[in-house]
Amino acid sequence: MSEEDFQPGADRFPPTRRSVIEAVRSIDAEERERALEALSAAYWKPVYKYIRLRWNRPSEEAQDLTQGFFVEVLERELIEKFDPKKSRLRTYLRVCVDSFVSNEQKARQRQKRGGAIPHVALDFAAAEEELGGTVMDPAAIPSPESLEEFFEKEWVRSLFGLAVEDLRQFCVARERERTFKLFEAYDLESDEKVSYEQLGKEFSISVTDVTNALAWARREFRRIALERLRELCGNEEEFQREARSAFGWEAK
Amino acid sequence: MKFLSDKALERLREGAETPDLSGTRYRLLERVARGGMGVVYAAEDEKLQRRVALKVLEVPGADGDLANRLIREARVLAQLEHPGIVPVHDVGALPDGRVFYTMKFVEGQRLDKFIESVPSIPDRLRLFLRICDAVAFAHARHVLHRDLKPANIMVGPFGEVLVMDWGLAKILRGGSKSGAQASDPDATIFEKPVQTRNSKDTTEISVVTGHGTVMGTPGYMSPEQARGDVEHLDARSDIFSLGALLRFLLTADPGPSSAAGTRGLDKSLEAICAKAAAETAEQRYASVPELASDVSRYLDGLPVGARRETLFDKTARFYRRYRFFILLIAAYLLMRVLILFFMHR
Repeated sequence: MSEEDFQPGADRFPPTRRSVIEAVRSIDAEERERALEALSAAYWKPVYKYIRLRWNRPSEEAQDLTQGFFVEVLERELIEKFDPKKSRLRTYLRVCVDSFVSNEQKARQRQKRGGAIPHVALDFAAAEEELGGTVMDPAAIPSPESLEEFFEKEWVRSLFGLAVEDLRQFCVARERERTFKLFEAYDLESDEKVSYEQLGKEFSISVTDVTNALAWARREFRRIALERLRELCGNEEEFQREARSAFGWEAK
Repeated sequence: MKFLSDKALERLREGAETPDLSGTRYRLLERVARGGMGVVYAAEDEKLQRRVALKVLEVPGADGDLANRLIREARVLAQLEHPGIVPVHDVGALPDGRVFYTMKFVEGQRLDKFIESVPSIPDRLRLFLRICDAVAFAHARHVLHRDLKPANIMVGPFGEVLVMDWGLAKILRGGSKSGAQASDPDATIFEKPVQTRNSKDTTEISVVTGHGTVMGTPGYMSPEQARGDVEHLDARSDIFSLGALLRFLLTADPGPSSAAGTRGLDKSLEAICAKAAAETAEQRYASVPELASDVSRYLDGLPVGARRETLFDKTARFYRRYRFFILLIAAYLLMRVLILFFMHR
């Protein structure tokens, strides 16, 4: 058996996205900007929620600090300084947030100076609503370990949220909107699991079609989420560890 | 971007974990185990209509270290056709990109569970000899297991013993020239210590030392393996693990190797355990058959090579070996004495 036997359906897997860690070091300004956008898209919500809870800052101040933090990432070239051999990017960024907020005065000055914030729409109102909806109460998270878990959970939520959005666009591009609606109805929305039969009746399709559509959507979701994750990791080892962590494989 | 509830996150995780077997000959049945390298599912081979165990990586990609290890494990297993080693049927990659292999579905119990139903020391020793058979066979094919421990031994419903999980196996020089050798994990150096797995009572580790990669399970891993001295590992490293395994079987204590664990044991068995799990390779048995032979000699009531006997020991062993005849003769003599006694009254 040749090594090619272990490369199934190569056409189904687009080339691996370049890691943001490598991309921010690129000489190509556009590539650098894209990398920072990808990073901000995945991390702004966890950072905002973390500042709200860990540092107990009011919403407006946390918004300023979140924006200020990403300006700092850009200006001080924090990602260029990150060494994937020493830690995970997620942990590194959380430590950077702590350091940034604890040095708040400087942060405010930096914010006033302004800076080139990556072009990512930061919907703070939605983040605030989510924060109100989460079960975690600031008073109930005293230990740093809990906050670390909280940051990780929010990061996974953000990563999966982006992957779901990518999947939606992917389905629209392939005229498989119904598949996405099935996925949404079964995996994302219902509190109690609806049966495949119920979904089949609702969408006027057979149970086999529901099964196939959901299998396809989950496979694509998994692929997209892992692609996004790979982009946010410094090397293969970090990717493997983060994948285990994000998908809960190491905890079982 | 849509907000995902905790429940939705769980469902997405569940959905993403299930391997995509579409287009393959296998139908997924249930998850049976999770290891350091991946997940094992029960699946049905629809062509042959039989149940198989399907071991699959959690993360796709055929070029990663774990993928190489899984492919290599399948190839090593394919080289080792022995009743005590689980046979591999197929290897490849699923449509979702994850590398997998299928093997015989073993219905049985892990050794650490099974042993609870085997109170007799001789029965436990016979079980141990069957493990030795499989390991000796692998050594004859120049393959070291490097992760022998109770959790990696299965006992089938008819008492058959199967040595599982060859993911850390090392092909010794002069061994197979097949693809199994090409991707020896010893060539892989991780960047930093990595905790890869935990089971109920032991933790498999994978760390780097100045010498090389350390992979194995504390308590069952030889000192040279723990130092990462992979260049100098030989059969005696597995013999250390077998010594720890023997100690576990005799004391049902899965903890780290220590002399304390064998207190109360027969001195000969204690000596066998101590010699097999000696600190330096030179002090251990030179081969698995030598270790197995000592255990067999013990079972047959013969002196063992691991220990020099005193006169008292020899007498005790002689008594144990011929207890039936000795007691028979003693009863006969006692009867004669009693008859003589009553006749002369």
